[in-house]
Amino acid sequence: MMEDFNSETDSDYTSYWRDWFVSSRGNEYFCEIDEDYLTDRFNLTGLNTEVPYYQYALDLVTDVFDLDADDDLREQIEKSARHLYGLVHARYIVTTRGLAKMLDKYKKLDFGKCPRVICDGHPLLPMGQSDLPSMTTVKLYCPKCEDIYNPKSSRHASIDGAYFGTSFHSILFQVYPALNPEKSLRRYEPRIYGFKVHAAAALARWQDSHREDLHWRLGEFDMAHRFIEESESEDEDAFEYGEQAPEAKGEKVAGDAASGRMDLGN
Amino acid sequence: MSSSEGAPESWISSFCSLMGHEFFAEVSEDFIEDDFNLTGLQSQVPMYKEALEMILDVEPEDEEDEEEEEEEEEDEDEALGEDRPFGYRRAGDRRHTRVASDLSVIESSAELLYGLIHQRYITSRPGIQQMLEKYEMQHFGVCPRVNCNGCKVLPVGRSDTPGQETVKLFCPGCMDIYTPPNSRFHSVDGAFFGTTFGCLFFMTFPDLDIAPRLDSSLSSMSRNASQSASRTHPSEELESPSPEEQPLEINGMRTANLCPGLGRGKIYEPKIYGFKVAEASRVGPRMKWLRMKPRNINELDEATTHERLANMNEGKGQGSDPRGADKDGDTEMNAAQSQEALIANRKKAPMRRRRVLGESAPSDQMSVQADMG
Repeated sequence: MMEDFNSETDSDYTSYWRDWFVSSRGNEYFCEIDEDYLTDRFNLTGLNTEVPYYQYALDLVTDVFDLDADDDLREQIEKSARHLYGLVHARYIVTTRGLAKMLDKYKKLDFGKCPRVICDGHPLLPMGQSDLPSMTTVKLYCPKCEDIYNPKSSRHASIDGAYFGTSFHSILFQVYPALNPEKSLRRYEPRIYGFKVHAAAALARWQDSHREDLHWRLGEFDMAHRFIEESESEDEDAFEYGEQAPEAKGEKVAGDAASGRMDLGN
Repeated sequence: MSSSEGAPESWISSFCSLMGHEFFAEVSEDFIEDDFNLTGLQSQVPMYKEALEMILDVEPEDEEDEEEEEEEEEDEDEALGEDRPFGYRRAGDRRHTRVASDLSVIESSAELLYGLIHQRYITSRPGIQQMLEKYEMQHFGVCPRVNCNGCKVLPVGRSDTPGQETVKLFCPGCMDIYTPPNSRFHSVDGAFFGTTFGCLFFMTFPDLDIAPRLDSSLSSMSRNASQSASRTHPSEELESPSPEEQPLEINGMRTANLCPGLGRGKIYEPKIYGFKVAEASRVGPRMKWLRMKPRNINELDEATTHERLANMNEGKGQGSDPRGADKDGDTEMNAAQSQEALIANRKKAPMRRRRVLGESAPSDQMSVQADMG
């Protein structure tokens, strides 16, 4: 465990509490907050009303805590320290340094992979649905399908979403637009004995027409957005994929269903 | 379900109780014994006869103990294989002396054969009933998508040919498939469930209430959240479908069961400090279409839309529209949605969009305030 967080420490000052915190089980989503950031009071504005035993908790996080407290009080302070760390974390990860640290973790798949099959295990980012503490637990955002998922491990399912905030993942891609993944227009097509299911297919056609509207709207802003499948096949007219792409994607997504059908026969 | 209940555990029930095989239903022996159900499998499974015998526990030595421990059985099998040919009920004339290595081949053949039979069984009447019980007991888990709110899922394959992809989970709430969270399912072949099962299941039981209840398995914190979420949303949900206009069924599905996890209020909206990320941003949202569903479900009734459009083109359209009373110009929307009209009506799209945006704006302001406050 000790090796894991050595890369995270960026000062020669050894920060015991934070080292311990980010490396303890269940806290894999957190990155280590710089000492400098924590000691700048401006960054902590307003948190003193949010966190009980604020001063002690801050001392504990910055490793200057030297109060002789009984176990009960210590536990209280310990709890406050974790809460304080989380709240500062939400602010820290939208700073330049914080973004860079979280980006590293994102690239290392520290937040897991998208459960959606079509996303092909795209890395996730942690987020909260609220910036207020104890409203919702942490969720995971997939930049590829732009949807949010519950973490699969129960030890992450109890982390407060406010420790990551609603804005972080959007800011990350605003700051590093090149990292925004290419979106895919492939989708799952439910089939029964190889035949598309009408209700699902009708909904898919309706959704496709809205995707076409999106294209048109973006065209008005001179934003030529292309989905992966479109950039792959050059000859395909951008305005006609509504009719053509379902076939192409049918081959990719459900093409194996066709081969399965053949197998049933013989 | 197996007919040999009470007797020492059958191959089928021991297979189904193996770690990672929790999704499997126990195929009834009657189903396997009907040769019609096995049509064509002979050519797909090596050592088909032996595998079938193993599944049906026809050999006496297989009944002794767990078949999975091959090492123990190999010597036993060698010894017994020749001594007890009378054990073959079905294929008495086929007296193969087994070599030790054969048994592991047969074992894997039996698993393959069982999987392929299972794929067919769960689309049969007793099989799908059995899967219904498992579904209702939430054996297959719930959808990981937040806006599906813990909708129960079904195991499906993306291919009917074995050896191509592992089992996936189909969520009826968002019509999408997900990788099972537990890695022990990452080695289960998807073909053992097949591509057909997922949708056939929900068409077989159209009255099943697939919209999830607020789930008890979630932590207390998230339960509070979903409660508060349902407290902030009802206004939206109440206004969204105009009840008298919505048909009970659409395209062969109950309207209430058509993707309850999609549509307004179920699409994630990325925000920065409470403000929506603009679509015109280079990294703005691009995938919302995937989670969209029309507020007026009649828009999905393509036949009616098409008919109306055809009538309008002939210049006698106005009177024949049964839903002409739709508020805020859904008629025009319908027309625009229709595929035939797509290209012709592209110019109208931005106007329509602006109106839709205008509608959603007030609620978004509220949610911004809610977030900030």
